[in-house]
Amino acid sequence: MTSLSYAGINELAEAVNGQRLHNSALDEFRVVKLDRRQFLKLTGVVGGGLMLASVAPKAQAQESATFQPNGYLKIDSEGIQIFAKNPEIGQGVKTSLPMIVAEELDASWSDVQVLQAPIDTGTYGFQFAGGSMSIPTNYAPLRNAGATARSMLIQAAANKWSVDKTTLATRDSHVVDSANGRKLSYVELASDAAGLPMPSAGDVALKDPKQFRLLGTRLTGVDNEAIVKGEPLFGIDQSLPGLKYAVYQKCPAIGGTVSSANLADVKKMPGVVDAFVLDGNGSAMELLPGVAIVADSTWEAMQAKKALQVEWDESNASKDNWNQASIEADQLRLESGQRVVNEGDVDAAFESGAGTASGFYKYHFVSHAPLEPQNCTASFKDGALELWAPTQTPPQAIGSAARVAGVAPNKVTLNQMRCGGGFGRRLYNDFVCEAAAIAKHVGVPIKLQWTREDDIAYDLFRAGGFHQMDGSVDAEGKITGWRDHFITFSADGNRPVSGGSLSRGVFPHGLIPNMRVEQTSLKWTNRCAAWRAPGSNVFAFVVQSFLHELADAANRDHLEVLLEVLGDPRQVGGMNTGRASGVVKLAAEKAGWGRKLPEGHGLGVAFYFSHQGYVAQVAQVSVGEPEGARQNRSGESVPRRKLNVHKITAATDVGPLINLSGSENQVQGSVIDGLSTMMDLSVTFENGRVQETNFDRYQMLRMPSTPEVGVHFIDTGEFPPTGLGEPAFPPVAPAVCNAIFAASGHRVRTLPISEEGFYLA
Amino acid sequence: MSLNLKVNGAIHSLPEIDPQTPLLWVLRDNLGLVGTKYGCGLSQCGACTVLLDGKSTKSCMFPVASVGDSEVTTIEGLASPKGELNALQKAWVDLDVAQCGYCQSGQIMAAESLLRTNPNPKDEEIDSAMASNICRCGTYLRIRQAVKTAAKQNLSDDMGGE
Repeated sequence: MTSLSYAGINELAEAVNGQRLHNSALDEFRVVKLDRRQFLKLTGVVGGGLMLASVAPKAQAQESATFQPNGYLKIDSEGIQIFAKNPEIGQGVKTSLPMIVAEELDASWSDVQVLQAPIDTGTYGFQFAGGSMSIPTNYAPLRNAGATARSMLIQAAANKWSVDKTTLATRDSHVVDSANGRKLSYVELASDAAGLPMPSAGDVALKDPKQFRLLGTRLTGVDNEAIVKGEPLFGIDQSLPGLKYAVYQKCPAIGGTVSSANLADVKKMPGVVDAFVLDGNGSAMELLPGVAIVADSTWEAMQAKKALQVEWDESNASKDNWNQASIEADQLRLESGQRVVNEGDVDAAFESGAGTASGFYKYHFVSHAPLEPQNCTASFKDGALELWAPTQTPPQAIGSAARVAGVAPNKVTLNQMRCGGGFGRRLYNDFVCEAAAIAKHVGVPIKLQWTREDDIAYDLFRAGGFHQMDGSVDAEGKITGWRDHFITFSADGNRPVSGGSLSRGVFPHGLIPNMRVEQTSLKWTNRCAAWRAPGSNVFAFVVQSFLHELADAANRDHLEVLLEVLGDPRQVGGMNTGRASGVVKLAAEKAGWGRKLPEGHGLGVAFYFSHQGYVAQVAQVSVGEPEGARQNRSGESVPRRKLNVHKITAATDVGPLINLSGSENQVQGSVIDGLSTMMDLSVTFENGRVQETNFDRYQMLRMPSTPEVGVHFIDTGEFPPTGLGEPAFPPVAPAVCNAIFAASGHRVRTLPISEEGFYLA
Repeated sequence: MSLNLKVNGAIHSLPEIDPQTPLLWVLRDNLGLVGTKYGCGLSQCGACTVLLDGKSTKSCMFPVASVGDSEVTTIEGLASPKGELNALQKAWVDLDVAQCGYCQSGQIMAAESLLRTNPNPKDEEIDSAMASNICRCGTYLRIRQAVKTAAKQNLSDDMGGE
């Protein structure tokens, strides 16, 4: 591993996406890097099947009964083991990545044992869970890894039987010689295969996808049995001999430092082993100042934390205030900002337009709130640090923890733990750094446990934002002009926060003739970062709702206008408009677009392209009459209105599916997450402090409000597979809000929509 | 104080324990039964659901001293001693319910409590029994289906069918 700038991960994004990602989140932390040439060799993003030798640097070093031609699989007398290289956060990669290896290996899935791979970027390249990139970046390398092993196993059988290898085939973990009616299992051949030289790239044949037996089928998760038995799996489940339990109190307003604390009192509390101040290392992404308490049990540590009294120096601390920011945004919306896009002649389009629409859109901050609160187990002994971390970015966690502990990265070992949800939160390793610093200080192994309140208050939030939207249509009802003045947030007053910046690729850039996007930043101190489908998760709401507003201004059917805007099949930026139209048409057809609905019911459609995935959704809702008024978070009085979401129909094109069960689960889960988030999730700030820090005030959707979700996939066979952890999230809010308009005539322009009085039946 | 705790059919002695310690942390830190999860500490999310004499209980705010003679059942106590999964666990595996999986032991315990009192619940009864459990990944549709599948399996087993 070499220490370079963070360019690598953006190159990865560009190599995969053909464009920069909206989100700059992944480049905000310092990265443990490979140089570009090494990285391309390892991942095979470029050059397809040419990287075999490099993933298997030490293939046949010594005689051994173990056949391990690369880092992804191992066959010996114990059976077939396949290693899952990336963190499992609920996106299903611990199952889907090994399926790709097993497919090309031609192994029977029931013969395969899946293990989490060690964190070793020299063998595996980047190991992380983010950007829906596990599948697109690993598909080719994993196919090659499996096919290489298969080729060598065939060669081993050919040598044994003294036949030409071209007369042999494989099936269900066996090499088969059908001419002579014999077969040998991979386990039986492992020792011989281990002694063979690596085949040249030309000798490794990939399957024709038509011959796939595993990919695209419905397989269940490899950890399912351990999950339903409650076996230790997650970071929080880690135990060690002599383990102590730690908590860490930071300033409730980010940026505050410790002036004094009643450490002597805290040390007298039952079970407390130690209490001490950590100064922080100057990086808000690594170690913030605070007070650590170490105790004999989690409960004693938490009790001691309640008794802890800290005087904070808040002179440089956050003073963030959400309601104040909303007022400022309202004052700025009609002014101009920094131009991001300026295509055609927007002013002329508005002057000559036959109709116009305008609206001020707003969305609140939200928290990731994975159900497993942040935690990390750490042991510091003889100058070496060992970590057990539920992180999405293990190599970066190693780099950061090494800095905090003052040791070289090669003195840090990280054991990758299953993550109880990620959603982008665990791309950042502040909790790992805290655990490392505490373990080093106390000299005994500790498990750091954040409370739920810590987890929300010290999250890196999805930024809120505001959009003044204006558009024009001509006499034929075609959209001619589009203006978006985006008011976002910035830590330095200039560069927008991660996930809070519009780029040229934003919809409908390249699809309508005259478009202007401007950006203005409000100063903000609390940390913001990538949140499931960064940027897209809010921009989709704004642009796909406003498109409907313009269709309505033109008195035209929304679906017709959406398809017209997408136009003929072609490439626009990173998007293929043919695939886009394909999912829109399928969702509309499956949902029965245009059919007669009962009074008070409505259908709404929305499409979004993100993370290389094409997803269209149609929501069917019904809306009750306005009821008594209630006050929303901004202190405005709004009538309550009951919302019934009857069904959301999703059509998705991410190319060929790896695991049908996991894919369906991701779409359903994204839709439910989308609905949950748009309904009532909001984090507000006063004097820099988060006001909603537990699930009593941060209320997620529950089973009784869950709608039916129809899931449909398109695979034309022309495109490689891409990821599905994120792209089904963005269309949910606009589809539901467009349906609310169709049902009631009420245009929702605020997320969460509880701010406009809506509650779920 | 010292107390004895009946968990999954075994009696555990806790020689020195703060009686106010929530059952959750006794299970996790003292007994090493980590299948029961911490999610909120406020009885809001249900990740810590266990059975107390068969009835679903949030263990994160339940003082260990209040357990008394009641029998605690955790997720580790559902499979047979030989490790065979019960009908709910089996349905959860077969229908591939979990995404991250963190909430699922609490979900299964809430469902176990429901099926013990109502072996053949209607959809609304399932929804209402499961309403105190959050799944952050949004697997509610599969959870509901798994409860129905397990209920059907149990009824068929009871009638001697397979």
